[in-house]
Amino acid sequence: MTAIIQYIGRSTIAFISELGRMGWFLFHAISTALSNPGNPIYILKQLKFIGAKSLFVIFLTAGFTGMVLGLQGYYTLTKFGSEGMLGTAVALSLIRELGPVLSALMVTGRAGSAITAEIGIMRITEQIDALETMALDPFKYLVSPKLIAAMIALPLLCAIFDVVGIYGGWLVGVKLLGVNPGAYFYEMENSVVWRDVYSGFIKSFSFGVIIAWVCCYKGYFTGHGAEGVSKSTTEAVVLTSVLILVWDYFLTSVLL
Amino acid sequence: MIKLVNVHKSFGSQAVLDGLDIVIPAGEITAIIGPSGEGKSVMLKHMIGLLKPDSGQVEVEGENILDMPRASLNAVREKFGMLFQGAALFDSMNVFDNVAFPLQEKTRMSKDEIRSRVIVALEEVGLKNVEHKYTDELSGGMKKRVALARALLLSPKIILFDEPTTGLDPIIKKAIHQLIKDTHAKFGFTAVIVSHEIPDIFDIAHNVAMLYKGRILQYGTAQDIVHSTDPIVRQFISGSIDGPIQMI
Repeated sequence: MTAIIQYIGRSTIAFISELGRMGWFLFHAISTALSNPGNPIYILKQLKFIGAKSLFVIFLTAGFTGMVLGLQGYYTLTKFGSEGMLGTAVALSLIRELGPVLSALMVTGRAGSAITAEIGIMRITEQIDALETMALDPFKYLVSPKLIAAMIALPLLCAIFDVVGIYGGWLVGVKLLGVNPGAYFYEMENSVVWRDVYSGFIKSFSFGVIIAWVCCYKGYFTGHGAEGVSKSTTEAVVLTSVLILVWDYFLTSVLL
Repeated sequence: MIKLVNVHKSFGSQAVLDGLDIVIPAGEITAIIGPSGEGKSVMLKHMIGLLKPDSGQVEVEGENILDMPRASLNAVREKFGMLFQGAALFDSMNVFDNVAFPLQEKTRMSKDEIRSRVIVALEEVGLKNVEHKYTDELSGGMKKRVALARALLLSPKIILFDEPTTGLDPIIKKAIHQLIKDTHAKFGFTAVIVSHEIPDIFDIAHNVAMLYKGRILQYGTAQDIVHSTDPIVRQFISGSIDGPIQMI
């Protein structure tokens, strides 16, 4: 019985310590990004890595997501004789919800895992210690550029996701299933308001913070050896994905 | 001067440093010897604040570096250079960028000036025409020498060497020891060298400390250590399997 209580106590303390450490990490990353963002070259490199190199996967997933929405939307709307609203359904689903969430999940899988692995390997090979011994703040070189780049890249990727997805829906709805092309875009214009667009961008921006924060944190405090890095990478992807979905719910309830 | 007073450090249930006391005199070369896994690297990392002790004090030039704000700790670290056991080169950069990195980040030197400084530093450790190679294209010995060039480049007041010659051939080993000796004579820095190169290290060290079971077992000049009557020290420097140190 005592062992069980001890186990629960130890786990609770470890969990709270971990939360505290994560909070401190985020605070330090944001304060470094604001006070001393460092060489713009580092930020541009990360922008290329997180943003530009994710374009292919974003195009692919956005295209097929839009096409599926076109199919499903057409199937549902024809039951009510409202297939003219297909453009609205596709656009609102993408702009408000699927664009920010799916683009963030794609970036987590492609760039987030790589960020954790990169920083984790630097940790276990003492490269982060080497930076510290040179009296240089590792956050300035490793964390803040990624945070800034993710905050810029995610809303842009989300915008691209939305546009490609809308054209994916158009391809299926208009070109394959025969929905009126004028109605597809006209209804969209009528029903999508600026608030829908910026709420999607706010989500994307905050998902960028979550991706950079969790993935950098997991790499920075990785375990021992290759196994430690592999475990951290898995944990980073899982935790980031879960946090994105949970945060999305709370943000949606505020922004609706 | 670096001073560690009654330092205790454990990792989990394993006590690595157990009441360690040592004073590293300024401007001299102090070698730390001892069996593998006894905490020599851990001790070095305490000196530069990379690890914090569970209890005890760490002073660098009279300043207690524990619980210092980050800015003050960085000011202390400005005095240091460190060569890591595994070299700790930045693997996303080539050799030139690795060595140039501290100059680019901490000085206002022009590109040409940095270039010439880096090339001279690499030549001093016996490396030529390797500037464009990436670290995974270098042998273990070459990596150590690049890391040594990086550590010496800013002429720090204190340099910590964690096994600077492990994995090098005998000629390069001698050359590196000579380089440390010559640069020390030139700049007069304080050096702490963790080394297994016995007896070679005795030729360059002013003082030798033997670390055993988390404490300094014996501290003195190289001659004191060579003529030690302590059975543990004698076994260690003779490399004998039989004796009080049971490694296997």
